[in-house]
Parts: sequence; structure tokens; C-alpha cells
Amino acid sequence: MEKRHHRKWLGLAALLAVLALVAGACGSDGGDSTSGGDSGGDFRIAIVAPSASNDLAFSQSIVDGVAALTGVSAVDVTDGTFIVDDAAAAIRGYAEEGYDLVIAHGSQYGGSLQEIAGDFPDVAFAWGTSSDTFGLPNVSAYTAASDQGGYVMGSMAASMTNTGIIGVIGPIAVGDAKLYVDGFVNGATESVTGITVNVNYIESFSDVALAAEAAQGHVANGADILTGTAQMVVGATGVAAEHGAKWFGTQSNQTALGTDIVVASQVYKWEAVLQGLVDGIKEGDLGGESHTITLENGGLVIEFNDAVDAGHARSIGEKAIKDISAGLLQTGA
Amino acid sequence: MGDFFTTASLVFVVGSGIRLATPFLLAGLGEAIGQRSGVLNLGVDGVMLLGAFGAYWTIYETQSPVLGVAVGLGVGLVMGAVYALITVGLRAEQGISGIGIFLFGLGISDLLFQKQVGTPFPIRGFGDLHVPLVADIPKVGEMFFQHSVLVYVAFALVPAVAFLMNRTTFGLNVRAVGENPAAADSLGVSVARVRTTTILLANTLAGLAGAVLSIELGIFQQNLTNGQGFIAIALVYFGAWRPVGVMGGALLFGLVSATVLQWKTLGLVSGAASSLTAMAPAVLTILALVVISRTVGQPAALTRPFERGH
Repeated sequence: MEKRHHRKWLGLAALLAVLALVAGACGSDGGDSTSGGDSGGDFRIAIVAPSASNDLAFSQSIVDGVAALTGVSAVDVTDGTFIVDDAAAAIRGYAEEGYDLVIAHGSQYGGSLQEIAGDFPDVAFAWGTSSDTFGLPNVSAYTAASDQGGYVMGSMAASMTNTGIIGVIGPIAVGDAKLYVDGFVNGATESVTGITVNVNYIESFSDVALAAEAAQGHVANGADILTGTAQMVVGATGVAAEHGAKWFGTQSNQTALGTDIVVASQVYKWEAVLQGLVDGIKEGDLGGESHTITLENGGLVIEFNDAVDAGHARSIGEKAIKDISAGLLQTGA
Repeated sequence: MGDFFTTASLVFVVGSGIRLATPFLLAGLGEAIGQRSGVLNLGVDGVMLLGAFGAYWTIYETQSPVLGVAVGLGVGLVMGAVYALITVGLRAEQGISGIGIFLFGLGISDLLFQKQVGTPFPIRGFGDLHVPLVADIPKVGEMFFQHSVLVYVAFALVPAVAFLMNRTTFGLNVRAVGENPAAADSLGVSVARVRTTTILLANTLAGLAGAVLSIELGIFQQNLTNGQGFIAIALVYFGAWRPVGVMGGALLFGLVSATVLQWKTLGLVSGAASSLTAMAPAVLTILALVVISRTVGQPAALTRPFERGH
């Protein structure tokens, strides 16, 4: 009997050890603190993001954007919160700790943020990608006119394809992902007559294997140019490399995923709108407005990969950028 | 729909389905072995993640896919030893322990990835192995014999595991322990040893399944498996704890997923229909599970810790 009792304690100790390790591991997702390059008084920003902060896509774009801000003393990141409840806990935690700006970087966090922001009227929140502030004076919304960069990429891709078929991998047809895909399709089909753009929304932001298989499907159906949006495309770029297809990236510069296949990337420069937000908060304006990054305001930047010879396509892309910035082209659906 | 029923399209769907089925098959085979001995492991997904990261990081550092596979297997083996200690040695409740292993794998794989690698840089895997003589058979070769060597290994394990479970003394002992451990014990079979062995085998295969995933995708990312380990557990029930049944479930899941992908690529489904068809693999699996669970019983001692005299 004593032996059984002893074993139970051992079992409990083992489980506690496992839980402690789990807590340690999960805890690593958050709490990555960095000091701002500018002393900036005492202005602290917290970011809650759904995927890894260096995912070369959605989450990295906001982390890079905040890192580029001036007048910020510290930045704290909780990433990998693909479970909304976890994100909500992190957002509330940062608000309780008195951060000056809490950024909820994920359209799926909207419901939670609406509830939390009401409980902390003195804390400024930012939510993206969205244009809805819920009518709350302490919530700012931010989004990307990603259809603009999509249009540029599409027009370039149409001029580069040899087969006349282009493949697009999307996550779920919402937010900036849908805008990008719509813009890309419009850019391709309006630039070159007869181009076929096959679009495959895999209905997931995180299924890397399915995204890779969707890329295989595009290639099997004749595509020699691929693009995609959201963090699950990292597998698709491998398929593009394997089959010699070219890739157009978005959200962050994705050249690292394939230096010889990535032609260009639409890069989100969130600092274009966040800097004004930070400055406003310092002056007592906690928000209440919606902001959009565009090619015109410098929030969207097309970064070309010089290692890939895009030939004539590059000048087509540069002309599209100028025309869109000048308001001469309609890019959305 | 005519575009879908072309030869080229169907050839792609079959090849794609086989590729998608492979990680499910490996993890499911291992889980089936474990469950036949009465051990449920809900931590499969976590072990897969650790195996996936181990293989990815090894290849990232050494450029050797063979070493990557070895590390994936080794990581699975180590996690098996941990799980065996918890569930067999300490007789902890299997469901909770499995969830702990899953969370551990999810957190640690991401932590190690962030610390050791950071940005998801691509790695080179094995490439496709064209099986001599048969790979050049029109259509058939493209569907079945132009895959990565890891795909062939996974499917070759099906008859191997079936033989192990049905034609060897070890397999007989495993089934006996899973049905009535007290009776097996009274006949001199070491329940602890049998279960420890099956747990080691199961987790090693889960580690391999994760390695296959990261090597074939050429990348690692946080939560790369996206719940594939849990689907593999469901496929064990689908397959009625038999290797061929597990293979059938994995192939069904893979082929339905590939079919849906091809429909979307060809523009045959869009909008709300796209969301609905994305659920098709899971819905079909659940329906099949309902039917099978009414006809086939699970191992009688599944999830029950064994202690002599109790």
C-alpha cells in the first residue's frame, strides 16, 4: 500500500514536471521584450499576433513596423496566439499592466478586443486588419490596401508567364488576403488578354501542407508563376522552387524563402500609420479612427529581388505603382 | 466538372492524395500498435511536431536528409520513453498525460525553432525517387512510383506492421495485453514490457511522421502539423485498429483533400461552397467512424492502466 502511495506521488511529481516544462515552453511565445532604439520617454507598446513574429508574413510585418517607430521605449510581443482565447488573455493582461498602446494584430481578435477595450477606457488599442473601431474612442483600426500591391504583382506576373497560367493560394477569402488576391487577379487579367489565373482558397491560415499541395495542383495544371498570402505559404514556395516556378510575395519580404524564385514582395510598412497613432496618443488622443496603408502613403512598398531577372516585367510593375499612386488605376474587386 | 475528369487531373489527384496521406499513415500505424496494447496517446501531434523540428533543424545544420530522418526517429523514441515512464511506470491517466505531451511538443518545438533558427528558411529533402521500370509506365508511374522515398517507406510499413501484429508472438502478446492484461499477465506475459515496447514503437513512428512532414515541405513553422496527429488518432478508430484499415482511412482522407483542392484550383467550387468542401475530409471521416464504431469494438483494456492484483 505504501508502495502504491509512493508511486502516486511520483506520478504527480512527473506530471507537474511536464506541466512546468509546458508552461516554460508556452511562456516563450510571449514576453519577448525589446527596448526601442529611441529613448522615447516612457511609451510602451504590446503586440499580440497569431503566428510567429518572424514568419516572413503577417505577424512579422507588424513586429517590423513597430520596430521602425520612433518615440517608443519598449516593445513586448506575444506571438503564436492562434487560439483567440489565449490572445484575449494576453490583450487584457497588457491592458492591466498599463501599456500605452496594445496592438491586436489579427482580424479574428475583434470580438475579444471590443469587450476588453470597453473595460480599459484609458488604454489605447489598435486592431488590424480591419476598418472597424466599434465606435470606441480608444480603439484605432488599421488595414492594408493590399489590392494595390496585388495589382502590381499581377501585372508583372502576367508579363512573365510562358504558359499563360498563374496560380494563387489564399487562406480564407477575408480581409487583406482577399484584397490581395482580387487585386492580383485584376492586375493579371487587365494587363494581358487571355491570361488564366487559378485561385485556390484552402480555407486555412495555418495548414502549410495543404498550401504546398495547392501549389502542386497549380503547377500540375500548368502554372509557372505562383503567389499566395498569409503565413501558410512557406510550404508553397518550396514547391515553386522545386518546379522552377516564380513566386510573388506579400506582407513581408519573402526573398529568404527562395532567392532565385521570389521576383518581388509587397511589404507592409505599418509604421506609416502607426507613427501618427503613437504621436496622437502622447498628446492624449487615444484613437477612434481607421487607417489604411497604401502605395501613396508609403505604407505599401514593392521590394524587388535583384537576384531574379524580371526583365520587362519590372518596368511594368514600376509603371503600375506610379499609376496606382496617382489614382489612375482601380485595383480592387 | 468535365475539367476534373480528365486523365491528367485524376492522375494528379491520386498522386496528391498519396502524398497527403503519408504523415497520417505513419502516425496512425504507430498509434494503432499502441492502442492494440491498451495505450491511448493523445500526444501524437506533439511528438510529430518535435520530430518535425528535429529533422528540420538537423537538415538545416548538416544538409543531410538521412540524418534528419534519424533525428526525427530518435526524438520520437525519446518521447516514447517519457510517455512510457508516465503511463506504464507511473500509471498516470493516459488522456491527461497525452494532452500534456501534446502541449509540451507544441511549446518546445516552437521555442527551439525560435531560438535555434528563427526565420523559416527552406531545406532540401530527398527529392522524388522514380522507381526503376515502373516509374515510366504512363499514368500509373506518375501516380504511384514518382514519390519521395519516405512515401514508399510509409506504405511498406503497412504489411510489415500487419505481419508483426498478426503473425508473431509479440503481436499476439500485444493483442492479449490490449484485451485482457490480467489474463496475459497470468500467462507470464509482462504487460509493462509489452506496453513500453508498443509505446516506443508508436512514438518513433510519430516522430518519423513529423520528420516526413517537415522534410517533404522543406520548411518548419510553428504548429506545422496543424492537428494532423489528432486526425491520425481518429483514423486508427476508422481503420478498426488494423494497419490496412488505417491505410485505407489515411488514403481516403488524403484523396478527398486532394479532390477538393483540385476542384478549387479548377474553379469548380467557390465562395461558400469552398468552405463547405474544405470540411469534406473531416465530415467523411466522422461519418465512417460512426458506422465503424457500431460494428467494431475497441481493445477492451484501452486507456486502462494495469497493476497486478487490481
